[in-house]
Amino acid sequence: MRIFAAESEILAPLATGWFLENAWLIPVVPAIAFALIILIGKRLPMKGSELGVLSMAISLVLSAGTAYQWVQRVNGASEEQFVSPVVRSWSWWQSGGFDFGIGQHIDGLSVVVLFVVAFISTLVQVYSLEYLRGDRRYTHFFAALTLFSGGMLAMVLADNMILFLLGWEIMGLCSFMLIGHWWEEDANSRAALKAFFTVRTGDMGLLVGISMLYFAANDWTQANLGLSGFSIRGISAWALSGEPNSSVITIAAVALFIASIGKSGQFPLHTWLPDAMAGPTPVSSLLHSSTMVVAGVFLVARLYPVFFVGLDILGSGGNLIVIIGGITIVISAALAFVQNDIKRVLAYSTVSQLGYMMLGLGAGAWLPAVFHIFTHAFFKACLFLGAGSISHSASHHSFDMKKDMGGLRKVMPITFATWIVSTLALCGVFPFSGFFSKDEIIDNVGYNGYNTFMVVGLIGAFMTAAYMTRATYLTFFGEPRGASAGHAAHDTHDSHQTHDSHDTHDSHSAHDPHAAHDTHDSHSAHDSHAAPHESGLLITVPLMILSVLALGSGFLNATPFGESWERMKLWVEPRASVVFEESKSGGPGESLNLVAGVVSAEDSHSKSVCGSATPEEGVCYAPQLNHAPFKWSKAIMSMLIVFAGGAISWILSMLVFTKRDPRVAGLTSRIRLLGLGHSFLVNKYYLDHFYEKVVVRSVAYPISRAAYWFNQNILDGVLHGAARVTTKLSDWVYKNVDQRVVDNTVNNSAVLTKSVGTAAQPTQSGRVSQYGALLFSATAIAALVLVIVNT
Amino acid sequence: MFVNQFLFLAAVLFCIGVYGVIARKNAVLMLMSIELILNSVNINLLAFAMRNGSTDGHTFALYIIAVAAAEVGVGLGLVLLVYRNKKTISVDELSEMRG
Repeated sequence: MRIFAAESEILAPLATGWFLENAWLIPVVPAIAFALIILIGKRLPMKGSELGVLSMAISLVLSAGTAYQWVQRVNGASEEQFVSPVVRSWSWWQSGGFDFGIGQHIDGLSVVVLFVVAFISTLVQVYSLEYLRGDRRYTHFFAALTLFSGGMLAMVLADNMILFLLGWEIMGLCSFMLIGHWWEEDANSRAALKAFFTVRTGDMGLLVGISMLYFAANDWTQANLGLSGFSIRGISAWALSGEPNSSVITIAAVALFIASIGKSGQFPLHTWLPDAMAGPTPVSSLLHSSTMVVAGVFLVARLYPVFFVGLDILGSGGNLIVIIGGITIVISAALAFVQNDIKRVLAYSTVSQLGYMMLGLGAGAWLPAVFHIFTHAFFKACLFLGAGSISHSASHHSFDMKKDMGGLRKVMPITFATWIVSTLALCGVFPFSGFFSKDEIIDNVGYNGYNTFMVVGLIGAFMTAAYMTRATYLTFFGEPRGASAGHAAHDTHDSHQTHDSHDTHDSHSAHDPHAAHDTHDSHSAHDSHAAPHESGLLITVPLMILSVLALGSGFLNATPFGESWERMKLWVEPRASVVFEESKSGGPGESLNLVAGVVSAEDSHSKSVCGSATPEEGVCYAPQLNHAPFKWSKAIMSMLIVFAGGAISWILSMLVFTKRDPRVAGLTSRIRLLGLGHSFLVNKYYLDHFYEKVVVRSVAYPISRAAYWFNQNILDGVLHGAARVTTKLSDWVYKNVDQRVVDNTVNNSAVLTKSVGTAAQPTQSGRVSQYGALLFSATAIAALVLVIVNT
Repeated sequence: MFVNQFLFLAAVLFCIGVYGVIARKNAVLMLMSIELILNSVNINLLAFAMRNGSTDGHTFALYIIAVAAAEVGVGLGLVLLVYRNKKTISVDELSEMRG
């Protein structure tokens, strides 16, 4: 390792600005808006929704300013210089030597996610103005939505793990409130509880991980950086310092990753995500694109050095993150094939895409994974809002593709066009945004030596294309069916099918048209009988904006066109340069002055810069990662795979759903093996059954059964024996002891008690004040006695 | 550190609380007075914790706050039920327990 300390002095000072210094305002604005909506929202002309939209718009402006100034800061830095994050921290509270801070940590990663979250939240709130018009808990909905975004924003710019945890938990709470927004129906509140508890299971890992990191890192960070062991910067530097005990950091990384599994819906805790569809569609859109589920991925990206060292990323063989990511991609994509509910298809596709992000992070493809967070947010939000638009205006609040959709491309041209753009982006078709991120992930996974998982990624791409083609075909092509054919399929006109609520337990009974009905009288203010039509501007404008981004956002890191197009890499990826510090005192509200060392060019592709080797002086904040060079041959191969998936699925869909071709229709009922596979998928690998019937019962049942056996055999036996002995004994006792000795005593004591009682009767006045006075005088006397005795 | 002033404040609060418990007829006001007493104790604990530079006092105070919250919850529940049955919350009316 060669470090030219002399060069560090000619490095330009990093630019900063008002937005960067005051980025902490971004989550504060929605938090204030939340309080205002709760307090005065109902009295406002738009029932508090204007406050929500306004606060998100302000956050968006602030985030955009921050992003702009961050870009300025990076552009002002020299080539290999570590662009230090803008950190400001204040002491939140102190207790017994623990200093819990609160503050901001603005670097490329947080800038990207801040912008995405604020942007999507704003559009979703605008969309909700129309979608939830007339809902009975309109104000509360906007309050929870605003706080939800605020929690995510706080988590994203947190400079320490305590604030991170705070934002993380706020999101958990708000997702519970929003998923269960229509809690009158049992399935909805069950889905909300399921989401909450499943995520909480993972959250234990977060608590364990944070505490472990604190106790392991605090001494080192205090001594070397003057930071607390909760500080994200401190933890990152500590993880890369070669200092940590390998088993400690491994366990901490696994614990944190369990939290990510729960939050990001990775296998095996993915079961809550599809059920979270019970919430209103804007919630699904927000939850599945930019907030909540991205939090788990963000955690891994944020504390990447910990995972890098702890789980031996780029080491030989697979690691936990790669394996979980790979499994998740394939199993959730397979599940998406058997869903009839359009939102559930999208939900499983989200799970699958999150799997890609995890796969990328686990395989050292940090930047492509983060870039995939960015692009995925736009096209997935667009797809969800498109599904909402269909149910809102065409299919009478049904989400069932087979029963109530079909042939909608003519009546909903805007929704159709945006849907197609986003679908192509999701499938990763050139030049839509998904191509630039997803293909990069797959490419880099292979480049870093995880060949098996590159194949998994390609299989996933094939399946993605296939199930999205199926969903598109069912929704927009073929003949209109059910509600979208114009005739009201349901005789209950005032009931709105706000979502398809058949849960795991009654998925076989979902053909009953009334099973999934949801009666929201207040929600039926606008007509639900109208023929399918295009949605209003409040719905289509967000869709159009999102689809433009779904098309264009990929060009921010268009690797095929050469280095100069890789803006995201330049702006977002932290540079793996060794950093020397000037000042060790990071007082409240002050940022550290850092000077980056420059590493000579021939070292930049070996791993000895930052990562596995310990820097002799200075600290590292980011490991050195490789970037796969772009090859058109690989891109064309994956394109072919995607097109093959789409084409096969298109032909099959046409044969099965429209032509009813006898050769393919009903195959699952004719061939036993296929039928078994189908029902295996329909029942979601029996994971829900496993959790409820096996895990819960194996914990609860043996305990109760053992207790019962113990009760029946041992306790009862003892009791029966004892009873027999007792009867014999008591006969004797009765005659001799009881009659003679005891009776006398009892009679005498009764007489005594009675006289004492009569004497003390006046004190029992029944008046509370008197009791209080007695109590306090007694205490006062006791206190006096104590004072006298002690002096 | 001037512990005296904290102790004086706590003592005053305590006395007001005791007076409230004994003299007030309204059950809700009695509950409030009890809160006052508990919080005066908290002030004492925190004052001494600050002087000794230890966190034991803080811990105690946190516990007391939690217990006080529970106590008020139960207390208000009682008051509510009493009001439903008797249409009054004056404690003087509640003398069925007279011996």
